[in-house]
Amino acid sequence: MSILIDKNTRLVVQGITGNEGMFHTQQMFAYGTNIVGGVTPGKGGEWVVNGKIPVFDSVKLAADATGANCSVIFVPAKFAPDAMFEAADAGIPLIVCITEGVAVQDMMRVRNYLDQKRVRLIGPNCPGMLTPGEAKVGIIPGNIAIPGNVGVVSRSGTLTYEALYAMKNIGLGASTCVGIGGDPVNGTNFIDVLDMFEHDAQTEKVVMIGEIGGTDEEKAAEFISKKMTKPVVGFIAGQTAPPGKRMGHAGAIIEGGAGTAADKIKALEAAGVKVAKHPEEIASLLKS
Amino acid sequence: MKLHEYQSKLIFSKYGIPIPKGRVAATAEAARQIAQELGGRAVIKAQVLVGGRGKAGGIKVAKDPNDAEQLATQILKMEIKGLPVRKILVDEAASIETEIYLAITNDRAARRPVMMASAAGGVDIEEVARETPEKIIKIYIDPLLGLRDYQTRDIAAGIDLPRELWRDFNVIAQGLWRAYAENDATLAEINPLIINKEKKLVALDGKMLIDDNALFRHADLAELRDIDEEAPAETEARKYGLTYIKLDGSIGCMVNGAGLAMASMDVIKLFGGEPANFLDIGGGAGADKVAAAMKIILTDPNVKAVLFNIFGGITRCDEVAKGILVAMEEVKPKVPMVVRLVGTNAEEGRRLLENANMITAETLADAAQKAVKAATK
Repeated sequence: MSILIDKNTRLVVQGITGNEGMFHTQQMFAYGTNIVGGVTPGKGGEWVVNGKIPVFDSVKLAADATGANCSVIFVPAKFAPDAMFEAADAGIPLIVCITEGVAVQDMMRVRNYLDQKRVRLIGPNCPGMLTPGEAKVGIIPGNIAIPGNVGVVSRSGTLTYEALYAMKNIGLGASTCVGIGGDPVNGTNFIDVLDMFEHDAQTEKVVMIGEIGGTDEEKAAEFISKKMTKPVVGFIAGQTAPPGKRMGHAGAIIEGGAGTAADKIKALEAAGVKVAKHPEEIASLLKS
Repeated sequence: MKLHEYQSKLIFSKYGIPIPKGRVAATAEAARQIAQELGGRAVIKAQVLVGGRGKAGGIKVAKDPNDAEQLATQILKMEIKGLPVRKILVDEAASIETEIYLAITNDRAARRPVMMASAAGGVDIEEVARETPEKIIKIYIDPLLGLRDYQTRDIAAGIDLPRELWRDFNVIAQGLWRAYAENDATLAEINPLIINKEKKLVALDGKMLIDDNALFRHADLAELRDIDEEAPAETEARKYGLTYIKLDGSIGCMVNGAGLAMASMDVIKLFGGEPANFLDIGGGAGADKVAAAMKIILTDPNVKAVLFNIFGGITRCDEVAKGILVAMEEVKPKVPMVVRLVGTNAEEGRRLLENANMITAETLADAAQKAVKAATK
């Protein structure tokens, strides 16, 4: 068992013939992900990855022909909102948007529309998901994680890789790793994923990686203390970040004294979460 | 991106929001001229991109054109919270009866825009928000439907606005919504929105923040960016699509990914060092971007060592290594460099850097400790 993606996932790649789309399609394919098709408008009928993956002109055509049940988006930020609307309208129930830099008002429209259609979105501005040994949807390097019983959820991409890699180095594997993305308005938040891990039979422990900005970590802490029985290890990035400055992620900004690392660490510790002092310590705290 | 008051108010007026007569000026003579045109009495307002101008003495009322010239001379010499005043707005003086607060911003938790209003507007609105939040009413806007007229009436009633002004208030609230939505603002704020002696609503001050991620569809707004108001290295970084923020420490950092960049800064601090900057080269950076990033880090004279922490995913470590080599060739840096490459194409990257005389590290903790040691030598 795992959450969201596994070997039965039938994946379609939006923006498959672009630079990043093609590079990561090859990586996902080599990992063993069941990629059933790709979409690039105007290139329908072509075949890519040594003639193994068909390209379609639209998500609807791809979904009708292949029975795809998950989509991953690698298109530039100005086209990404349309790609998300398109996937939702084509009936794809799970959309993963890797694209960084989507305008926040676009994301508010996308999120409200997708909620009405009951479509789950992961991201944007995220590394996607990895269920080690079964499926990789996104850009998380496959070789840094092994199958196991730790569920990982994170707002940050490369910081997640640090945690997975440190876990692997001491023989700890992941059930599923979910990168929810660093934007202020995204599709899926900590609580959604924590709840899935709590109900997943394979997951025994959970890692939650947050950062400054917003109040999602505080809300997650409340959820953990009220609803979770599985142990959680946490990390919060941005303890040295000055207030008022946007630290790269559109969501990582301390506004009017709210959203500081100290507040989040305090809330998590109060909820019984062991909080690591640096990313590599996450792995050792899981063992202790 | 922050807009100045005069820029924000010009945008507001395009959407039918009444603003005072006035113009922006860069010299005291021009201020005198504008005051003359306005009939003598005028308000001189410093245009700087920080709050608290009024309390810092950056807003003064002039009784005649001579006075306007004198006050403008004073204000143009000021520095407010470290920012020199380069422009002033000269507005007609208003007779204020009531000050209202009206704004639209993104509520990230609600994933919707929220319109906020209060009858207790003016310079102390932050205190009102802290001490008596019930005096601020909030109405959530469906981003797919926009602001509905009934919602503007609910707000007008909620702040006890006289009924004869509801119609005008609706025009202003709808104008503010359109200014926010059509310009991809993350904040559109009128504080204060006044009722004057003639019982008319006027937007006396204005503030807008624009979403940088949406500037691709607003070429006109992108031009309004006041680069005098930001550090030159930050302007340079933006040209290359890098996020750079200068800090006060001695260890320069180049990292891929915002979360890991923040965590790398934290780990430097954990081991007794101080980061000189935040720098995220983003996802999928090529060699040219990496070279530009390295040059920017090295322009800071406080930098005594540089830490490269690259965990390749969408970014390929060999591309990063190539960029480092290009920059080393051009800049010939004298400070020690600690490099850690893991993930996509890390081995190729490490091979490229084998002869580059850099300190290598396996883990982030190891890299941070080596950088702290190198910086204190």
